[in-house]
Amino acid sequence: MLSFLIRRLGQSLLVMLAVALLAFSMFRFVGDPVTNMISQDASVEEREQLRDSLGLSEPLYVQFSTFVVQAAQGDFGISYRNQRPVSDLIAERMPATLELVAVAFVISLLVGVPMGVYSALKPHSWLSHVFQTLSLIGISLPTFVTGILLILTFSVTLNWLPSFGRGEVVNIGWWSTGLLTISGLKSLILPGIMLGLFQVTLIMRLVRAEMMEVLRTDYIRFARARGLSNRAVNFGHALKNTLMPVITIIGLQLGAMIAFAIITETVFQWPGMGFLFIQAVSFVDIPVMSAYLLLVSLIFVVINMIVDMLYFMLDPRLCADRGTANSH
Amino acid sequence: MTVTLGLGAAMASQANTLRMAEASDIASLDPYSVTESNTLGFLHHIYEPLVRYSADLQLEPALATSWKLVEPNVWRFELREGVSFHNGNSLSADDVVASIKRAIDPNAPIRVNVPTVVDARKVGELSVEIVLSTADPLLLNYLTTVYIFDKEWMTENNALQAIDLRKGEESYATTHANGTGPFTLESRQPDAKTVLAVNPKWWDTPQHNLTRIEFTPISSDATRVAALLSGEIDLMYPAPLQDVNRINATAGVKVLQAPSLRTIMFGMNQRDDQLHDSDIKGKNPLKDVRVRKALYQAINMELIQKKVMRGNSRNSALVVAPEVPGYDAALNQRFPFDPEAAKALLADAGYPNGFRVGLDCTNDRYVNDEEICQAVVSMWARVGIKANLTAQSKGNHFQKMLGGGSDIYMFGWATLPMLDTFSALAGFLATPADKLGTWNPGGYSNARIDSLIDQISGELDEPKRRAMLAETLEIARDEVAVIPLHQQPLSWGIREGITLPQTPDDTPRLWYTKVN
Repeated sequence: MLSFLIRRLGQSLLVMLAVALLAFSMFRFVGDPVTNMISQDASVEEREQLRDSLGLSEPLYVQFSTFVVQAAQGDFGISYRNQRPVSDLIAERMPATLELVAVAFVISLLVGVPMGVYSALKPHSWLSHVFQTLSLIGISLPTFVTGILLILTFSVTLNWLPSFGRGEVVNIGWWSTGLLTISGLKSLILPGIMLGLFQVTLIMRLVRAEMMEVLRTDYIRFARARGLSNRAVNFGHALKNTLMPVITIIGLQLGAMIAFAIITETVFQWPGMGFLFIQAVSFVDIPVMSAYLLLVSLIFVVINMIVDMLYFMLDPRLCADRGTANSH
Repeated sequence: MTVTLGLGAAMASQANTLRMAEASDIASLDPYSVTESNTLGFLHHIYEPLVRYSADLQLEPALATSWKLVEPNVWRFELREGVSFHNGNSLSADDVVASIKRAIDPNAPIRVNVPTVVDARKVGELSVEIVLSTADPLLLNYLTTVYIFDKEWMTENNALQAIDLRKGEESYATTHANGTGPFTLESRQPDAKTVLAVNPKWWDTPQHNLTRIEFTPISSDATRVAALLSGEIDLMYPAPLQDVNRINATAGVKVLQAPSLRTIMFGMNQRDDQLHDSDIKGKNPLKDVRVRKALYQAINMELIQKKVMRGNSRNSALVVAPEVPGYDAALNQRFPFDPEAAKALLADAGYPNGFRVGLDCTNDRYVNDEEICQAVVSMWARVGIKANLTAQSKGNHFQKMLGGGSDIYMFGWATLPMLDTFSALAGFLATPADKLGTWNPGGYSNARIDSLIDQISGELDEPKRRAMLAETLEIARDEVAVIPLHQQPLSWGIREGITLPQTPDDTPRLWYTKVN
């Protein structure tokens, strides 16, 4: 177990380094940050001076190694655009993204699971067909279109909900939350729906497929034969067994939601990490871009590692297989 | 009826809040750490310079009440009495001296806006001298972007010096503010919301009736428009051109439009012996003035103005807008759109079948930039010029263009913050050398213009100076140094009932804003 953990950690570190290197080589194609940072009246000399002072005139491998060494110490430098430490900026934006993802996640569970269960239990009812159609639309509609449509309907036409921002936030220590104010909660609804919509359809289809599978198995038939009520069979036995694989998938989707919050945050001017990244790209703010990419890959690596370890603990055969493989 | 009226009156007296949205957030609260005009424009509500622009872009006294030349390179400024900073300290000569010294610090990005200032010294409690490296007629223009700090506040907070990005320092002034302006900083959340409250002790007579300003950046065009339409904001800019009709068709909101100071142009590579992307090898057709003129006359600006810019731009023959000192209306005659003449010019220059050339444009910097270039490509095609269009984001475009990698390139010039024709001369009409011609990667060069620039830079006699500026503009036009297209439009979306002057520098001055 320990050797597995160490090996896994080593692999994760390699992945992180690879991501950092990839990100770094990409930045050469994003453009020149200096153009954005200095006035058009600046002389060539002043431009070069700024380039030097930012370390941009050094060879790429020097820039990369400096970045890695500093990143390992938790120092991601100063944002070119905001002129503040990148780690502070990310820490400030993190609550916004995490709250948004949490709300979207809850929405996707509260809506997706019942829809899936219903359409599995009554696959031929008209409502199930409606759900199926809706889920098709939800999966195929680009998220930004959904977002704009939501804004048009609920902000512009009906005037019910705000079209941008987080509303009023309350600070609890360094964490700023929009969950404690009316305007904060209102602001969460539309972006939450937009970000959660794809997950809703995914969960619904997953739950439906899994549950129909489970309903066909022998132990469900036995349970029915034993005279258990429909409720006990469907929810006590079938749903419980359905949820295991669903939980694995949606756990992995969490990482994706944090990463893909970028689009939602851009449409709704949501001051989260993804939006910070998009702004950084348009300004060629290299320190912010590299820190964000590293953070997102860290999230994915950690989630994958936890999943792997869970499998490892749940299925001892994995261990045995490796043992035999090593002996050859 | 009385109840509603009473309620309305109560709300109006309670707070006249102006909620405004812009495409991007301000970069910093420290006006010396940026040269970007949006940031400086917003910070002008908190901080003030010695001299400022009025709503019609004329220089007028702000923190200084009068000034005079003591020597050709020494200016003396008398400061306004009874001005106090937001923290209660009163303005004195020490504050101005400390501020100027902070601005000319090698680490302060703003120093490029005050290139000739070398020193500042106190001559009395409310009297300051600014020393220049050379006689400079543009000092007052420069000073409009140098906002004055409180020396005591800077000392207390260790902000006397501009920050050095390389050292990874964060300055107190980046996140805090203490100026003399009409509004005080109430709160700031970067990329989310910045709130200003009215400064009741402002020295100037308020021509506004605002009590609060809520500034929110909204980068997505669609969301910004939606926020205006749904009544969540009162003022937003820029209003995307494609949405103008829709906004105007909605009750309660409208779009204010006017041509801006920014002239959009095509620069041309006249430096290399061969173009980068062309079928003509061994020589550079763009060095030939006939070819440049042919390219010019093949562009139908009337059509672009009508179709691409929807009637909102102002076609221009000169590289500066009418509001810019040095502009001469008599010279503002475009060479006519004439494809036949263009073909004849090309044939005359030895290219009867035209040639291929690279065209570089931005797609996220100027109003309808990519669309303009697409239109031009098809217009050029009719006279035999096959332009290979590369439209990309500004970061990449300017890197390629300024690195000399483009054949023909789009760029815009607003002459800001200098607000004088000299900015265009020094920027892209001067032969590239040291501080001049930084934005002239095409290498246009004319000895007469260079010698005029030399004289203009130290000429303190205004009529003489204007005459020389006009001469340079005329030479540049006749030689087709660049192909000027138009002044792009500004468009601000605004709620009905709000009045404010729309200044062509695209900077709302909210101390002239009235809310009903």
